[in-house]
Amino acid sequence: MSVLLHRVRPYGEGEPVDVLIEDGIITRIEADVDAPSAEVVDGGGAVLLPGFVDLHTHVREPGREDTETIETGSAAAARGGYTAIFAMANTSPVADSVVVTDHVWRRGREVGLVDIHPVGAVTVGLKGAALAEMGTMHAGDAGVRLFSDDGHCVADPLLMRRALEYAAGLGVVIAQHAEEPRLTENAVAHEGPTAARLGLTGWPRSAEEAIVARDAILARDAGARVHICHASTAGTVQLLDWAKKQGIAITAEVTPHHLFLDDSRLETYDAVNRVNPPLREASDVAALREALASGVVDCVATDHAPHAEQDKCCEFSQARPGMLGLETALSVVVASMVETGLLDWRGVARVMSERPAEIVGLTDQGRPIAVGEPGTVTVVDPDTRWTVAAEELASLSANTPFDALELPAVVTTTVLRGRVTHRRTTSEVS
Amino acid sequence: MSRHLLTTAALSRVEATAILDEAERFEQALLGRDVKKLPTLRGKTVMTVFYENSTRTRVSFEVAGKWMSADVINVSASSSSASKGESLRDTALTLRAAGADALVVRHPASGAAHRIADWTANADGTGPAVINAGDGTHEHPTQALLDALTLRQRLGDIEGRRIAIVGDVLHSRVARSNATLLATLGAEVVVIAPRTLLPVGIETWPVTVASSLDAELPALDAVMMLRVQAERMNGGFFPSAREYSIGYGLNQRRFELLPEHAVVLHPGPMLRGMEIGFSVADAPETAVLQQVQNGVHVRMAVLFRLLIGSEETR
Repeated sequence: MSVLLHRVRPYGEGEPVDVLIEDGIITRIEADVDAPSAEVVDGGGAVLLPGFVDLHTHVREPGREDTETIETGSAAAARGGYTAIFAMANTSPVADSVVVTDHVWRRGREVGLVDIHPVGAVTVGLKGAALAEMGTMHAGDAGVRLFSDDGHCVADPLLMRRALEYAAGLGVVIAQHAEEPRLTENAVAHEGPTAARLGLTGWPRSAEEAIVARDAILARDAGARVHICHASTAGTVQLLDWAKKQGIAITAEVTPHHLFLDDSRLETYDAVNRVNPPLREASDVAALREALASGVVDCVATDHAPHAEQDKCCEFSQARPGMLGLETALSVVVASMVETGLLDWRGVARVMSERPAEIVGLTDQGRPIAVGEPGTVTVVDPDTRWTVAAEELASLSANTPFDALELPAVVTTTVLRGRVTHRRTTSEVS
Repeated sequence: MSRHLLTTAALSRVEATAILDEAERFEQALLGRDVKKLPTLRGKTVMTVFYENSTRTRVSFEVAGKWMSADVINVSASSSSASKGESLRDTALTLRAAGADALVVRHPASGAAHRIADWTANADGTGPAVINAGDGTHEHPTQALLDALTLRQRLGDIEGRRIAIVGDVLHSRVARSNATLLATLGAEVVVIAPRTLLPVGIETWPVTVASSLDAELPALDAVMMLRVQAERMNGGFFPSAREYSIGYGLNQRRFELLPEHAVVLHPGPMLRGMEIGFSVADAPETAVLQQVQNGVHVRMAVLFRLLIGSEETR
């Protein structure tokens, strides 16, 4: 089985070339490759990037298959250009045992559109009381390498210390949802002028920053690695910069929505804009963009969080927090980072693919586009703009804040180990 | 004027003044009548939808509607399908389908009236008028209008007057609506409260923040005391009810620091001995019952402008 990517530009650089993938491996990169038996994808000069890796996805299976399944989440990932996603542990049952993590991993393999790596819970039932069996999950078929109570903060400092120490022994990474819970009781929106005016209970920046600072210090003393989920404030950026300069093994992700939207969106009280951490201020957005460009924030992760209509079409304070992300991520990154001149396509490859793969130690993802490397790549048409239509997304849910928005760049083809997992038909291009 | 009344921020000075003028015309029209019934809203259906307890606001809207011959139907959450788990949207759509021309909404969630206005709008932009009768800690626009009417009657004009809002601004929809409306009408608004009861971001409001009530009192034309809600009292936001009362309560001594012409307002319900002294609450300078009377006339004016005024402009 072979695929010929005809007329594509690796990293958006140089003249278009042909890239031949045979048996999952890139075998030729030349001006003109003749491969009569190969499935041909006409790139038309499009940008070729390594397949994207998302460290933060909620696929909702098991437990909320009415909002997303491993099948629909995989399709959404493939359409977004992703070749690997990390499925968060806050399912029902919680992914706090090898039975659940291996089940998710196996279901991902059966669907086959994207590598699904389960994230294991740090604590039993995400309750923040006792460590989950991280070693067993790590030793299972899924080889769990990232652990997180995402949705909840591991707030107890002693428990977090132990988790970091234990994880360091296993060689795995703890991803922290940084939210000091006492500072965010009943909070639904960024604490600032907008929330003050709209009468929404505020989620202060300090609730995130206090935990980032604490965990950086705990990781330093434990000799452990800690990854900060969905960094959302300018202060977090400063703390990350400080910690990295101390040599602390801390990494961080930012979501597309925190790179693009701010809390002025809340004016309508439409709960599609409710997310955790909340949309912040324009100054935070600017700081996060700079930090992603400079590498202080390592990578983009979607925090793709499907929700049922009834959990969004309600009072703002009653709505579940979270938004879809997989199918719009690349376009939002292009709009906020490429069109602003902050990143080139090499930079996009770094933040969407190479760094996230490095953070979790995936050896078959985020690889260079070169002969002998995995045929796990994404083709992006940088010149076509499209209008997001929530109902047309592959996701089972429709809670995207980008609905009806025109965005740049289209993922036209996704290839996972030489197999085409997504190919945009012309009828889809509006 | 918008089809709805959701926030005082949507009211221009001209529109707000027109509502106050209209309220006074209704007051005059009813003066001395044995039969308090105007035909103004005959055939119109006003539904009050209250998800929180309320005496004065609900009663006042009901009286306002009835005095204008509207059919007024009161829906309370505890006795409606909401108690069976019906969503706010479904309840709102049900009431629209049942023929509501106006929905008067009180709800514990900020933004509830906004959402109902969106959900019940027809594709052609028609649909029931939605009046926010208090949404969470956001706004209570008709309260601000009746306060403004009371101040105008007592002081002659609002322009240039110095008016203090004292107390739990953080959780107060009355404070939010009043700060905006009074500023629109040209008043200087001073906010006085413990720092824990001021929202982060208040510096963007059209108000100045002061810390000492005593220092402000001699220069005030009016003072608006906010109720301190019981659930905020025990140690969370300030040390004790006693300490709050000492620092921010309008007791007799403080009352005497006010200029003679100054007015005392309270949106009710009052906690005598806490934020307002027992005798202060009954002093002639205190306009609490006048506020209630004005509430009816202001709500008549609002219903009239939204239900009839809007048809005239079509």
